[in-house]
Amino acid sequence: MIPNDIAITPELVEAHGLKPDEYDRILALIGREPTFTELGIFSAMWNEHCSYKSSKKWLKTLPTSGPRVIQGPGENAGVVDIGDGEAVVFKMESHNHPSYIEPYQGAATGVGGILRDVFTMGARPIAAMNALRFGAPDHPRTRHLVSGVVAGVGGYGNSFGVPTVGGEVNFDARYNGNILVNAFAAGLARTDAIFYSKAEGVGLPVVYLGAKTGRDGVGGATMASAEFDDQIEEKRPTVQVGDPFTEKCLLEACLELMASGAVIAIQDMGAAGLTCSAVEMGAKGDLGIELDLDKVPVREERMTAYEMMLSESQERMLMVLKPEKEEEAKAIFRKWGLDFAVVGRTTDDLRFRILHQGEEVANLPIKELGDEAPEYDRPWVEPARPAALAADDVPQADIADAVLTLLGSPDLSSRRWVWEQYDTLIQGNSLQRPGGDAGVVRIEGHAAKALAFSSDVTPRYCEADPFEGGKQAVAECWRNITATGALPLAATDNLNFGNPERPEIMGQLVRAIQGIGEACRALDFPIVSGNVSLYNETSGKGIPPTPTIAGVGLLADAGKMARIGFAAEGEMIVLVGAPQGWGSHLGQSAYLRDVHGRADGTPPPVDLAAEKRVGDHVRDLIGRGIVTACHDLSDGGLAIALAEMAMASGIGATIVGLPDIDPIPVFFGEDQARYLVTLAFDPHSAEWAALRAEQESLGIFAPWIGTTGGTSLKLGGARAISVEELKAVHDSWFPRFIDGK
Amino acid sequence: MKSAVVTFPGSNRERDIMHALELTCGRKPQAVWHAETSLPDVDLVVLPGGFSYGDYLRSGAIAARAPVMEAIRAFAARGGLVLGVCNGFQMLTEAGLLPGALMRNAGLTFVCREVLLETASTANRFTAGMRKGEVWRCPVAHHDGNYFADGETLARLEGEDRVAFRYAKGTNPNGSLNDIAGITNEAGNVLGMMPHPENYVDDQQTSTDGRAFFDSICVAFAAA
Repeated sequence: MIPNDIAITPELVEAHGLKPDEYDRILALIGREPTFTELGIFSAMWNEHCSYKSSKKWLKTLPTSGPRVIQGPGENAGVVDIGDGEAVVFKMESHNHPSYIEPYQGAATGVGGILRDVFTMGARPIAAMNALRFGAPDHPRTRHLVSGVVAGVGGYGNSFGVPTVGGEVNFDARYNGNILVNAFAAGLARTDAIFYSKAEGVGLPVVYLGAKTGRDGVGGATMASAEFDDQIEEKRPTVQVGDPFTEKCLLEACLELMASGAVIAIQDMGAAGLTCSAVEMGAKGDLGIELDLDKVPVREERMTAYEMMLSESQERMLMVLKPEKEEEAKAIFRKWGLDFAVVGRTTDDLRFRILHQGEEVANLPIKELGDEAPEYDRPWVEPARPAALAADDVPQADIADAVLTLLGSPDLSSRRWVWEQYDTLIQGNSLQRPGGDAGVVRIEGHAAKALAFSSDVTPRYCEADPFEGGKQAVAECWRNITATGALPLAATDNLNFGNPERPEIMGQLVRAIQGIGEACRALDFPIVSGNVSLYNETSGKGIPPTPTIAGVGLLADAGKMARIGFAAEGEMIVLVGAPQGWGSHLGQSAYLRDVHGRADGTPPPVDLAAEKRVGDHVRDLIGRGIVTACHDLSDGGLAIALAEMAMASGIGATIVGLPDIDPIPVFFGEDQARYLVTLAFDPHSAEWAALRAEQESLGIFAPWIGTTGGTSLKLGGARAISVEELKAVHDSWFPRFIDGK
Repeated sequence: MKSAVVTFPGSNRERDIMHALELTCGRKPQAVWHAETSLPDVDLVVLPGGFSYGDYLRSGAIAARAPVMEAIRAFAARGGLVLGVCNGFQMLTEAGLLPGALMRNAGLTFVCREVLLETASTANRFTAGMRKGEVWRCPVAHHDGNYFADGETLARLEGEDRVAFRYAKGTNPNGSLNDIAGITNEAGNVLGMMPHPENYVDDQQTSTDGRAFFDSICVAFAAA
């Protein structure tokens, strides 16, 4: 057992991830040496994950409000008004490091954590997504990690009962030693029944709910001291173990309890468990909290105060309840087979006091624990921009061969193997499952309302130019939502970067946030929640900057929703938002990387005004009910977007009348702000002429580039490829990779 | 038709099947909690999909011993209709109300995808109103759906026309013997099936092919 009166040495402070000046700050704050438990509490509250000490200065520059935003960053999840007295509650969070150590449980508890964030606010989860980045396919650990993470995401989400409606899977050698697992969840709540973490009222019971506390997760990041390892009875893995069954029961019990009117404040126990949840509830409500650890339900013997305060056991909640409703609350939790214990009370002295076995093991100022956390203005340098490709640098390839190479590549091949392991249909509301531009889930109780979800980022663009890459991540997410016909409402960001103490990494973070902010402002797409994951490094080299953006959009009439598959033969294919040559930008393209093994040039610039103009127009066309299919253009450009539309339907297409220029950038350029739409129009009709005139007046170039039909894809003069062949190539990469062939 | 849906801790498709029953039969099913020891006065009891008690033991094994199961056993013995979908099918085999077992999928992973189902028998009270031999679209979502029974049991099931549904045209997603997707008891009043027709019932869903199944159950009662 670890005593509480251990001498605090500089080594111990360092082992807790606190810098000497941070420790001096603690001494100044409390006027004495902290106890061992107090040191643990400080390390938990002041680490990067909880305090955002490196990123806060820059996060503050993001747009976080808007007419629909009910709650921005700072709570468990963001809350956005969707009309009719209802709100969508959502957030994305990383579980990168645990998933690398133990892929199944790491990913599973990542999903569990984000679901808890959502239902803590009173929302029933209705959709989940996940953005996964793995190392090179041929790296010896990659297959193991992919299998484990996918099974873990599915294992938790399927059992909990939330449909997984979208996500991303990418491969890059730079993630070999540091994969990324970013989990998103969204739920529905009544706008008049949102629950917050701010405690109110003195002398009220603080109640512990859910699963018991064990030693799992104790000091995952901070308890690294070898001297203490041999004093812990048993070395435990620092990765927590998920129990989706308990979480499902916790969801039902919490929602039932919330409906009873008993809940004053609620906070889930995530990172730094009991410490973080109690401090947040008290600090936000300007109240002190006193906890008696002897009352905490534990599943292991002889747990110390230090261990209980830092345990990251899953599926636990802390609440402040109305005292008169205590018995009712207890009955609900007993019904669901969950622990219920009054473990403390609110006080008026703004102290965070911890009692254990008759001893006061911690007594700290509660406001300062959170508010006085160090905040850094870390030095940063402007990231170096690669040179643009020379105008005449257009490496050639057979177009049909290049299409097949791209469709069969690790990043562009079908993710069916992955998403078939996720329950995409549960709850019965999924209108679009993975494989399209965005996942779409209808809102129960309404004839036609639905929500669209998408998660996006292109790390190779961010690596080459974090500012443009940050803009592009937001724009692509906004565009994917738009492509279903939905109005993008708001987004959550999951910023995955390397070590911020290195100025070049800090430069990536700063510039990416600036790009995200600029795009969010231009597109009326505020950031309402998020998470920062720093120190993602592989042997001294950071991962590519990966600011994942997950967004939510509202479809007023799901009956008019657009899908990516061609709807019928003989329809006009129109490229909306095209530059004069249809496509031009090959720098940092999938074509350069996967066909020519090159990673050079600048990423495609994002013209946000054009993005908005074109997107608003496409959404308008879908809303008018004249669009029969729609797909945005991204990795692989026009050729891949056409192939994806063909594969989704089995209907081919013939592209004609190409601009009189080199067809490579036309088909594979990754210019932004482009969509393909199909129209059941006669090209000689007055309605098409009228639409052309309308687009001209809007300043949008939208050429008619071809016609749907047949069973193959014919790209200008290139060899025709049958849709069957496209599908075979597209579907085969992932299963073959998993089988190790 | 009056129906009830039993909720176990860890059930998660009870709302889906309630929606389907209400939509097709026009009457909201009653919710029954697993700890209850009696059933309301109904014609049909449904054991829904999910992961009852977490399914950390064999799927459905603990639910098969829940307090409510005695009442369900008695209800079935009296001739009441009992439908188990997915986790519910697993419970029925664990409870001995249906023969055989649902093992881990042959591919070892959870699988959620659309399959084609053949209505293989209409000689029971659930599918009597469906067309024998018809092939329809239906989703599956399970980890343990690989139907297994010994040779003698299989021969009996086939011989007595008790295979209600089969995976058709090479779409068997889990390695089930004889492509079995759903079976009935001897009396034809207990049906277990892995696929989820309840997710394919209304116009906004991917397909409405699942309606015919629920319509068949409702019609049987309307006529009775």
